[in-house]
Amino acid sequence: MVQFTLPKNSKIVTGKTWPKPEGATNLRKFQIYRWNEEDGKNPRIDTYFVDMDTCGPMVLDALIKIKNEIDPTLTFRRSCREGICGSCAMNIDGINTLACIYGMDEIKGDVKIYPLPHMPVVRDLIPDLTHFYAQHASIMPWLETKTNRPAKEWRQSIEDRKKLDGLYECVMCASCSTSCPSYWWNGDRYLGPAALLHAYRWIIDSRDEATGERLDELEDPFKLYRCHTIMNCAKTCPKGLNPAEAIGQIKKMMVERAI
Amino acid sequence: MRYLTDRKRAVGLGSARTGTQTHWQFTVRSIVMVVLVPLFVFTFGAGLGGTREEVLAYFSQPFPAIVTGLALVVGLVQLMYEALEAVEDYVHGIPGELARVAVKALSYTLIAVSLFALVKIAL
Repeated sequence: MVQFTLPKNSKIVTGKTWPKPEGATNLRKFQIYRWNEEDGKNPRIDTYFVDMDTCGPMVLDALIKIKNEIDPTLTFRRSCREGICGSCAMNIDGINTLACIYGMDEIKGDVKIYPLPHMPVVRDLIPDLTHFYAQHASIMPWLETKTNRPAKEWRQSIEDRKKLDGLYECVMCASCSTSCPSYWWNGDRYLGPAALLHAYRWIIDSRDEATGERLDELEDPFKLYRCHTIMNCAKTCPKGLNPAEAIGQIKKMMVERAI
Repeated sequence: MRYLTDRKRAVGLGSARTGTQTHWQFTVRSIVMVVLVPLFVFTFGAGLGGTREEVLAYFSQPFPAIVTGLALVVGLVQLMYEALEAVEDYVHGIPGELARVAVKALSYTLIAVSLFALVKIAL
């Protein structure tokens, strides 16, 4: 049964307000979710003040500045700092996005940062993506062939290659899946927009020879058909992709082969 | 605690190999309702406001009676499947199964009652 209220030990309390940096005139207030399993306390919201005159323009710049100069215990994932690795996905100002490519000028008022919603939290802004990655692995994200390997390479026409545009760019940041209400309520069985977008990427790859098997594996009331075309995935995708359209195309292929 | 691998948890019991028919029937019913619902609204509306005898006479004509009957059956079947989707989304386990039975029982009862009423009026 869906739970509509948080358990007692998950209710967020007010945390520490860190002192303002001395001499700074251009301050911005950051409210950041903090939780550490080891201290046994409830999650809290800590408040930080960042001097914007000495900070980069992106939200990740501010997080790194806070970690380096104010609170070294603040924990978050980051790597490439240019929207390629997908590590720094988090909920910023109510939107799931990548902190490294989300400018602070896009946010009005205080900057509120939470981990990706509806996922178990490892610590602070780090969600546990184990199940998400396992679901991705379950759709066989690789080229499946039955024909003997060609002497040189698997060839693909320019037109067929173009079909992969808008699909291969996904960086698996999980912003889309964690913005999807269907994934919130049935994430254990519904594959979610990210895994389904990747599934479609391999289904329409002209070189792949396991299209039927892939569709067979997806034909399930929960794995695929929990998508109710809510479109949160397309709205939130920091790379501007449209997983809902990919899911729609899979459903269309399912109907085409059944009727 | 169960020592299952992440992959095994993700795969679960595998694919049920169903769902496409339900999805297609949903789509077909939706298309049918795009035509049927406005037709029903105008047909039903034309019969409103008269005396009992006038309404009985109106619904004893084949066109209003058939449109009303079709709208009731298709609409209630669609409503039933939408409600079942909502139940599957939000209620799991035994309560979910019970809720599904209740939704189906209520929907079929509504269809039977409304058709009975329509037949009684029309004939």
